[in-house]
Amino acid sequence: MKPTRNPWARTGAGLAWHLWLPVLLVAGSLLLSQQFSSHYFPPLRTIAEQTWVIWFDGGGMAENLLPSLLRLLAGFCAAVVAGVLLGTLLGLMPRTEEALRPLTDSFRAIPGAALLPIALMFFGTGEAMKIVLIAFISMWPIMLNTIDGVRSVNPTLGQVMESFKLRPLDRFWHIYLPAAAPQVFAGARTALAIGVAVMVVVEMFGTPGGLGYFIRHAQENFQVVAMWTGMLVLGVFGYLLNALFRAFEKRILNWHHAMVAHTQGASS
Amino acid sequence: MTDTNKAAPEPLLHIDNLGFSYGEKEILRGLDAQIGTGELVCIVGPSGAGKTTLLQCLSGLRPATSGAVRFRGRPIAGPPAEMAVVFQDYSHSLMPWLSALDNVALPLKSAGLGKKERQQRALEALEEVGLAGSEQKYPWQLSGGMQQRVAIARALAYRPAVIVMDEPFASVDAQTRADLEDLTLRVRQHLDITVLLVTHDIDEAVYLSDRVMVLAGKPTTVADMITVDLGRERDQIETKADPRFAGLRSQVYRLIRRPDAADAALAASGR
Repeated sequence: MKPTRNPWARTGAGLAWHLWLPVLLVAGSLLLSQQFSSHYFPPLRTIAEQTWVIWFDGGGMAENLLPSLLRLLAGFCAAVVAGVLLGTLLGLMPRTEEALRPLTDSFRAIPGAALLPIALMFFGTGEAMKIVLIAFISMWPIMLNTIDGVRSVNPTLGQVMESFKLRPLDRFWHIYLPAAAPQVFAGARTALAIGVAVMVVVEMFGTPGGLGYFIRHAQENFQVVAMWTGMLVLGVFGYLLNALFRAFEKRILNWHHAMVAHTQGASS
Repeated sequence: MTDTNKAAPEPLLHIDNLGFSYGEKEILRGLDAQIGTGELVCIVGPSGAGKTTLLQCLSGLRPATSGAVRFRGRPIAGPPAEMAVVFQDYSHSLMPWLSALDNVALPLKSAGLGKKERQQRALEALEEVGLAGSEQKYPWQLSGGMQQRVAIARALAYRPAVIVMDEPFASVDAQTRADLEDLTLRVRQHLDITVLLVTHDIDEAVYLSDRVMVLAGKPTTVADMITVDLGRERDQIETKADPRFAGLRSQVYRLIRRPDAADAALAASGR
């Protein structure tokens, strides 16, 4: 693509490039599924109409989407805080981290779903179980990436901190956290995807309310169209969440992207 | 011409029989020296002589394995608050996520200064090193020489009694290097600060110093402490054209070369 001068034209072109495939697929499915008569694969048109009826007209947003969003946010934020704090500590204490590695490695190797029965046993089917499980399972990639990020701090910078006697809190906020930020964000993006998956699973097994609960409940009651609307909403939900996360990351890591662009520009 | 070393200034830093070993390997042995308030002393020696190790011992970043370093009469354990270090590797000693101003101001935050005073001091320091107008730039947007100026400004803003510089101009081009040397002389004159500078460049050492500490031998010892009688005003062209400059330069060079020459002679006779 030729670089365009006008920023609006550039944004428009970028958006078009981003959207052509989904638009094409949706249009194609709309047309092709028109004639479907299978009970299990209703026409996309029907699903779209029902999505409007159930989720927008019928209050599905407040009843099932909002609880999902809030619980995901609560679990994810807890995962970020715990992952960054533990990761920073372990990153700064290599001996301890080595000693704990068999433990951390086996914990992260256990598939999240396997922990569900244990969580149900300890926390029941309510909100606590859901949030704890989302937080616990999505914490690992953040923690492991934070360890790497903290270790990437150059030894010279370590001497700078020593010789200028930086306070521990200043070291954390102004040295280790920004230095690790690119890796923390990479871990958090993975964690967000894991978090959505865990959210759906815990909702399927937990108390009413939430996307996962809605999908399972619809399926159990042979409301196939409703079930498909749940999938549609879940897809859009995941997409928007990821887009929001990227926008946030871009804002925070502005310096990093600019630096990378700058050094690449200088070397080429 | 003023003679700076007739009346020795009150010693600020005592190096007292200092030794350093990595395990079995002895790097520094029995170093003795005194550095007076307001002096500019260059530590010069061949590469691999342990210059950086010595500097780390002097700045409290690394404990000596024998002997002691005393700052204002007291043995140092850890970096003294009145000392600031400028590192060779400017690209890694500055924080790429902070502007030049914030890089300079961060140590002041840890020192407990309020936001206004931090900003004020950082701006002053950046102006002192000729970086007024580049405060908001990130380090990677600046040239190597300018980055090292930011590092010097950070040290100045800290208002130390001593600035310790580890091969600070080793990785910039010749013209920038001369500019930074003159900046160091000017700042030192202006702020009346003590400077300890490590270099492997003999010309640089003689050009900048009141006294040159020459390191040589294996393990490294102080071969000599040479007083540079060239006055406080130095000039890249005139000072370096002075016959006394050439004389001092040769004197340092001979001291540094001698052990290597001896080694070579030994190796030749052994064959």
